[in-house]
Amino acid sequence: MVMSLEARYEEFWRQSIKQLNEVVKATGLPIAPDEKGQYSLWYDVREMRLRFSISVERIKRFFEGLREGKVYATRCRRCGRYYFPPQADCPYCKASDMDWVEVSGEGELLTYTVINTKPLTYSHYPDYVVAIARMREGFNVLAWLRVDDPKRVRVGMRVRLQVVRREPEGYLTYEFVPVEQ
Amino acid sequence: MRKVGIIGVGQSVFGVRNDVTIQELAWEAVKEALEDAGLTQKDIEISIVGSAGTRTYELYPAVPVNEYSGFSEKGPLRVEAACATGSAALAVAYNMVASGFVDIALAIGVEKMNEVDTATSLAVGGRGGGNYLWEYHFYGTTFPPAYYALYATAHMAKFGTTEEQLALVRVKNQKYAARNPKAQFQFEVTVEDVLKSRPITWPLKLYDCSAITDGAAAAIVASEDAIRKLHIDTPVWIEAIGYASDTSNITRREDYVSLKATKIAAQMAYKKAGIEPKDVEVAEVHDCFTIAEIMAYEDLGFVEKGRGGGKFIEEGQSDIGGKVAVNLSGGLLGKGHPLGGLRAWR
Repeated sequence: MVMSLEARYEEFWRQSIKQLNEVVKATGLPIAPDEKGQYSLWYDVREMRLRFSISVERIKRFFEGLREGKVYATRCRRCGRYYFPPQADCPYCKASDMDWVEVSGEGELLTYTVINTKPLTYSHYPDYVVAIARMREGFNVLAWLRVDDPKRVRVGMRVRLQVVRREPEGYLTYEFVPVEQ
Repeated sequence: MRKVGIIGVGQSVFGVRNDVTIQELAWEAVKEALEDAGLTQKDIEISIVGSAGTRTYELYPAVPVNEYSGFSEKGPLRVEAACATGSAALAVAYNMVASGFVDIALAIGVEKMNEVDTATSLAVGGRGGGNYLWEYHFYGTTFPPAYYALYATAHMAKFGTTEEQLALVRVKNQKYAARNPKAQFQFEVTVEDVLKSRPITWPLKLYDCSAITDGAAAAIVASEDAIRKLHIDTPVWIEAIGYASDTSNITRREDYVSLKATKIAAQMAYKKAGIEPKDVEVAEVHDCFTIAEIMAYEDLGFVEKGRGGGKFIEEGQSDIGGKVAVNLSGGLLGKGHPLGGLRAWR
């Protein structure tokens, strides 16, 4: 069982702050050598944490779709262009006249990679496969490809898009699974 | 448009520069550029500061950098274009002079990337290229390694490019970085070293990737009139600049074996300069990853699409003595890749 993300984060910060406090207490300044012990660094006493809030008001239908087990794209009623990720405006028609259409989910793998070196907020996952597939409708989707063995992934293989719950965070998202042939 | 020439250049040592702040780092390059041109601060009319930023404690670094270098009242204008930030600063400085807005402009490219830990740096990167919510947030697409890995996989599948051929790019660039006193990595590597290095995002391994680098560069550009008045007889004339980009959503790219932006920008530059790819003898290209240099050979027209990774690299066609000598500075792979570091005159 992996340590929960929040706990890992808290531990990471707690250790850093503890070390910083010890240095200040001992020396009167938050100054310590860098990792190599080569140069003096002032360690920022004022912490800044960033967590953004992103407006999804105009594309909330997409997220409602995930709850229904469906993946939606938008399609401009005037020019017929598909938009995935979905967007509310068609810049070419200067219109905001979109149909919400369910994605067929059938696609062909265009390319992929295996993420071995992960960012901190992804470090609790095993190595994951990021893939781009061309959907039957003609647009591309990027998502994880759910496979047991990344060595069996091939460019050109058929994949299907499905709605899944991303654990341990527990939010709904979409992933590819290989189509057995 | 007026003719514009580069009359002074400067560059800091690249690497993990925990010995300096961003202001001090920029000043190393600016001082060298001023001395190279034989000018003082009063000769500079405007400074353009290229910095992608966010990884340094000064989130708005242009003004502090400008003040430290002694130009408080001149500009600055901050420019950001992700990994092309330094080149973008040069393009703006060029246009400031070409348009007649000023006669002498300074372009500074500076990046301090090691003031946050690597995990945070990856988190910033994920918000700094591509489309954040639909790519990094949902799928942890490290930027830029995952993106170039997606290109590498497609290039290998379509054209048979091999991991060994990718490794040859690093081997070549390290050969020159080893002789560059300002490079971050002054040593040579073998194909074996590259293949054995730890996986970052398959098929790219550690040595297929450029590093997280602190560095600065500066260039002073001037109009033809100003150059004559200054009695400078050896300016480097800027014949042409081409500039283009592509979609932020990687899913909306036309294919994953070429960079459309490179092709468009190259065509613009070739057309303006009145030359063809075969006329180019020396080139500095964006080798943030080994696959990027392979695609650059093709997208710049040095070799046809799909052939950059084959005999072209194996026979040394991109090395001295070949068709075109590429990245003799050591490139971003060997020299380091500070996002804002000016590249055009590396």
